[in-house]
Amino acid sequence: MSRTGVFICHCGTNIAGTVDIDKTIEASRGFPGVVHADEYRYLCSETGQDIIKQAIEEHDLDRVVVGTCSPRMHEATFRKAVAEAGLNPYLLEVANIREHCSWVHKNIEEATPKAIALLRAAAAKAALNEALEAPKLEVEKRALIIGGGIAGIQAALDIAEAGFEVDIVEREPSIGGRMAQLEKTFPTLDCSACILTPKMVEVAQHPNVHLLTYSEVEEVKGFVGQFDVKIKQKARYVDAVKCTGCGICWEKCPSKTPSEFEMGLTKRKSIYVPFPQAVPMVPVIDRNACLYFRKGRCQICAEECPPGAIDFEQQDEIIERRYGAIIVATGFDQMDPSIYGEYGYGQHPDILTGLEFERLFNASGPTGGKVVRLSDGKPPKKVVFIQCIGSRDKARGMNYCSKICCMYTAKQAILLKEKVPDAKSYVFYIDVRTAGKGYEEFQRRAAEEYDVAYLRGQVGKIFPEDDHLVVHGVDSLSGKIIDIKADMVVLAAASIARADAPEVGRLVGINSDSYHFFNEAHPKLKPVETHTAGIFIAGACQAPKDIPDTVAQAGSAAVKVVGLLSKDMLQGEACTAEVNQAECSGCLYCEAVCPYSAINPVEIEERYHDGVLKRTVAEVNPALCQGCGSCAVVCRSGTINLKGFSNEQILAEVDAICLQR
Amino acid sequence: MSTALNETSAGFEPLIVAFCCNWCSYAGGDLAGTSRITYPANVKVIRVPCCGRMNPMFVLRAFQRGADGVLVAGCHPGDCHYSTGNFHGRRRLSAFKRLVEFAGFEPDRFEVRWISSSEGDKFAEEMEAMTAKIKALGPNGKMRDARWQSLT
Repeated sequence: MSRTGVFICHCGTNIAGTVDIDKTIEASRGFPGVVHADEYRYLCSETGQDIIKQAIEEHDLDRVVVGTCSPRMHEATFRKAVAEAGLNPYLLEVANIREHCSWVHKNIEEATPKAIALLRAAAAKAALNEALEAPKLEVEKRALIIGGGIAGIQAALDIAEAGFEVDIVEREPSIGGRMAQLEKTFPTLDCSACILTPKMVEVAQHPNVHLLTYSEVEEVKGFVGQFDVKIKQKARYVDAVKCTGCGICWEKCPSKTPSEFEMGLTKRKSIYVPFPQAVPMVPVIDRNACLYFRKGRCQICAEECPPGAIDFEQQDEIIERRYGAIIVATGFDQMDPSIYGEYGYGQHPDILTGLEFERLFNASGPTGGKVVRLSDGKPPKKVVFIQCIGSRDKARGMNYCSKICCMYTAKQAILLKEKVPDAKSYVFYIDVRTAGKGYEEFQRRAAEEYDVAYLRGQVGKIFPEDDHLVVHGVDSLSGKIIDIKADMVVLAAASIARADAPEVGRLVGINSDSYHFFNEAHPKLKPVETHTAGIFIAGACQAPKDIPDTVAQAGSAAVKVVGLLSKDMLQGEACTAEVNQAECSGCLYCEAVCPYSAINPVEIEERYHDGVLKRTVAEVNPALCQGCGSCAVVCRSGTINLKGFSNEQILAEVDAICLQR
Repeated sequence: MSTALNETSAGFEPLIVAFCCNWCSYAGGDLAGTSRITYPANVKVIRVPCCGRMNPMFVLRAFQRGADGVLVAGCHPGDCHYSTGNFHGRRRLSAFKRLVEFAGFEPDRFEVRWISSSEGDKFAEEMEAMTAKIKALGPNGKMRDARWQSLT
């Protein structure tokens, strides 16, 4: 019989408020194998942990059960505490009487018996717990960053500066991401390119950073410390070593196709760099647009290229590399507002999204930096900005606030006034949200110094009349219907998760929220970690955010990666599967279901009558096993068990929970 | 004989055992707690690493020991922490449910649900719904092994 100690945490009043502690203590004393039961206000505190440690000594405990918050919260804390008292950490069991009990039940009459049942189950399981040893795993001292926007660039620089090798995989031909598309940044009106380009160059030239542009991650296998990744480097059809980036090829190229970088507002050539400051300055040939690839005609770029860098025979290349840690920084998309028929987006050239309007300010943009109407090339005198298109819209859009729109709208209104001094801006808003250093002041300046009219209300309809767009809205503060004859309308479309975010999530093995933004491991305390050890997230792929937040988060993710890569060995999973080879029939169904290729056939020798029988059985590699338990269930002879979650342990919990029926 | 067998469905408080995978559904339960979304205390959760770990034997044992309903909850298909565990779980447990039905036991006492770590509200709703359903079904009389109760 085990000698179990039960310790119950009040968690202030979080548990004690709805669970009768005295009754649970009394009941715990009656559980089989329990020789000691105690309580404390905050068991996770140092004093609380000391109480456990002392009791282990005094009462010679060989099992510990804590009735506390979720094991996902403090299991590690208490495991460490019992280990300090000389017990194997896996002899501890947690009964979750806070998240799964005191916080979700209304009163003490309901919650107390449930807490007792959960504690009884934990004690029954603990009695069967075994001392476990976590395997040691080597760490590959190299990091992978998926996404070469400002988040990926910043994280790469921070990791590289700490002395580790880092690869950036970027699917576009150049790094830079969304920030490269911006003209100026709020609230300082720094030119976006002026602050981003030096970082792009720095990251490209850093000896520890390796850029894999025009590349995509195809497969991620393995686990923390040893992720085996397949990366497809798409054929550029340009020899990056020979190319000097002179630009003659794209000057001479006769075929054109809409430019993704310019949000389709203008066209680019079929051989192109996405924007003039691209890094690397090596063009790619767009197979789907190129005349040679489509029709077999035209090789003008190859004829004109001075160093002869064009190579139509180039093939996609698969790079296989091992990484210790991965940062996912894949950014965001802008919602297509055409689902809102009343705003007429897509039906009139002067109704633009925020990001499209941004491109009009840029000297290398579709209008060469002139803010003009795309319909007739005249500068707009009246521009209406509409906020929350698709954001904060339960019915048709996203429930959340996209966070950046209030600020970039104020910025664009200021920039507009500077470019077209007699222009007047109107902003229809639900609330103006300007939380951030210098943000409120910035928005005030737009309203007070740049004569931007803020109208609290919504727009019901936009329709063309003569050469204007009539914006039919309501000012909910004055209660008046407002019609504005505008020259241009700018829709602050919601920031949404990348269209392929679910695929990326599946590929790397992290989960997302209902909007497909990647989930952090804890909303407050683990903002860059994910539930998959060794995989981190940064930037707008986690939620809409502005540049300062993105950079801060990227730095934070980099620190976590550096911390991980600084270790020579990591602790692996202790709760792994084990095979009783004497009983194994060698069917190897387990090998088929194992997602980690952790099960392999081995040949064993057994005594058989007078001779020796050789037969094949399964063997688990504990370094690779992650403890999912699929093999234990599929095993036909029932001879695989999962340490920490054995059949016997789970059945003991079932029995204990059902005891008083 | 246990008193529970004599309970009428009017004052009947069912026992529901919920096996939740550590990564999604158990975390969803944690989120229900953090968000203080209440659900009936009839539900008691047992943590398993993955719903691919769910041996149907665990479910049978719960019914045998007197549970009135059993729920298995895992990550949404495609979102499994172990990439494929819930696919194995889904296939195995849906076959198992048919088997339970074939054996003459009320299949509605056994459910499988997909609850992610961000769905605290869904977790509570499912627990609420399961409890209501089992209350309407009444006590599990068919598979309960009364001998075990008298032994303990």
